[in-house]
Amino acid sequence: MLNATVAQLARALGRREISSVELARLFLARTQALNAGLNAFITIDPDRALADARAADARIASGERGPLLGIPLAHKDIFCTRGMLTSCGSRMLSNFVSPYDAGVVERMARAGTVLLGKTNMDEFAMGSSNESSWYGPARNPWDLARVPGGSSGGSAAAVAARMVPAATGTDTGGSIRQPAALTGVCGLKPTYGTVSRYGMIAYASSLDQGGPFGKSAEDLAILMNAMAGFDTRDSTSLERPDEDYARSLDVNLAGLRIGLPEEFFGEGIEPGVRRAVDEAVRWFEKAGAKTVRVRLPNARLAVPVYYVIAPAEASSNLSRYDGVRYGHRAAEYADLADMYRRSRAEGFGREVKRRILIGTYVLSHGYYDAYYLQAQKVRRLIAQDFAEAWRHCDLILGPTSPGTAFPLGANSDDPVKMYLNDIFTIPAPLAGLPGLSIPCGFDEAGLPVGLQLMGDHFSEALLLGAGHRYQQDTDWHLRMPRETPLDTGAGK
Amino acid sequence: MSLSHDDVARIARLARIDIPAAETGEVLQQLNRVLGLVDELRAVDTTGVEPMAHALDARGGMAQRLRPDEATEPDRREAYQAVAPEVADGLYLVPRVLE
Repeated sequence: MLNATVAQLARALGRREISSVELARLFLARTQALNAGLNAFITIDPDRALADARAADARIASGERGPLLGIPLAHKDIFCTRGMLTSCGSRMLSNFVSPYDAGVVERMARAGTVLLGKTNMDEFAMGSSNESSWYGPARNPWDLARVPGGSSGGSAAAVAARMVPAATGTDTGGSIRQPAALTGVCGLKPTYGTVSRYGMIAYASSLDQGGPFGKSAEDLAILMNAMAGFDTRDSTSLERPDEDYARSLDVNLAGLRIGLPEEFFGEGIEPGVRRAVDEAVRWFEKAGAKTVRVRLPNARLAVPVYYVIAPAEASSNLSRYDGVRYGHRAAEYADLADMYRRSRAEGFGREVKRRILIGTYVLSHGYYDAYYLQAQKVRRLIAQDFAEAWRHCDLILGPTSPGTAFPLGANSDDPVKMYLNDIFTIPAPLAGLPGLSIPCGFDEAGLPVGLQLMGDHFSEALLLGAGHRYQQDTDWHLRMPRETPLDTGAGK
Repeated sequence: MSLSHDDVARIARLARIDIPAAETGEVLQQLNRVLGLVDELRAVDTTGVEPMAHALDARGGMAQRLRPDEATEPDRREAYQAVAPEVADGLYLVPRVLE
């Protein structure tokens, strides 16, 4: 059961082979046993999990069936969850018990999922290693001395270690896809506007997008069917008919045009990553897909564009943390302005402060045109590169990350070195495009490699279909991390 | 373009974040590292390129919605004030700003 997919668990629940309460107890025991080593969860809530599971069992007993009814789930601690600590990985919100539910939390609850708890993350989703969390870093189940990636590192580690069959995350510059790649699980960053941002704590609002983690592309499709949809409370939520994200799982790969951007196959990619991705390219060619060379000439500017736009938006979004209505307030202060300055200095960590200061600078008088406006213009050039590429191909393939999981502390002293981890994941969100990461092999050290598939707006079903076909013929996504064998937490 | 100690003090003041004197050197160095990264943008020719403010504005026709200006949320003042650092009589308390 621990290694089963969501699709398999739903079948077992539907046939009454196991109850949701039994499933919740199984995953809770494992989560509690493994969390001391992995630190993947900030909050584990057995009472909530068992209450949700009992409610799901009652719905099943009354004859109701659903693809997520009774399935254990964890939310990234960025999603406001009523009555539960919602810290966003920050000291600033370490006392914040949310009075309301995020749109995603509501939707997943309606689908009948069982909430086990909230997962660890880089503070305010700013980071690529989970090391900026106020709650300490989550660790990679493939090697506990290495990072799980970030910012949704806790969700990725939890799914990889089989603490939960599925989890939610958010992606601004790669925060779903990069940790999925580094932990050997699947993660989807949907088209901007398809998953509600209501109650999802804001980092960079023109980029932030929620999405699922799971063990297979099929599971991501099932999760997306519940997660995505119009929400009047999010002004950027797109009003479109609901779609079935599983409709293309049997897509015919013959004749599918797969673009290989030369910018994603150049220097700076670790040999183990290159080898695994090249192998996946050959698999798609053998399956009948046609590979075509495409160019994204402005993609090299994506990281600099991102580190203007995202901090600018963050400096504005995070100005709400003033120690007045919620969050941390300093114990001592001279006056109101001093209270703001001290509360924010104490409540935010180093990386968050750094991005707020950068954002404040690039928006300040005299620098706005040179930095912020110029970055928005180059952002359009990047989006235009993709639009041109879609004339020649149906999807774009490349590595998710230039390297595999790195040791804790390896990039801590140099923010720019850390930022360059996201060189292949930042372009898609700048253009609002969906991106999928699925496991495609291992490097010489036995660490998982992620394959990224990107498509035009609203092409999620095609990306998931291509991923599903690949996973029917390969078993990289079913491999278990060596540090968390299946018997841990059993027999309790 | 490189920042000075005075710049850091000015930015920190605008951002309402205290930076202890002992930390300004390190903050300055790291901010300059990041600005060195983004300075590459200044050399790009963007003549005639419209700024892109929104992830989907490249697609056109996807303007943000407006809704009627009507109250839609229920009054949950007590629940919201329960998470505030200091409240009294339904009001949020802050240090005195008028003498």
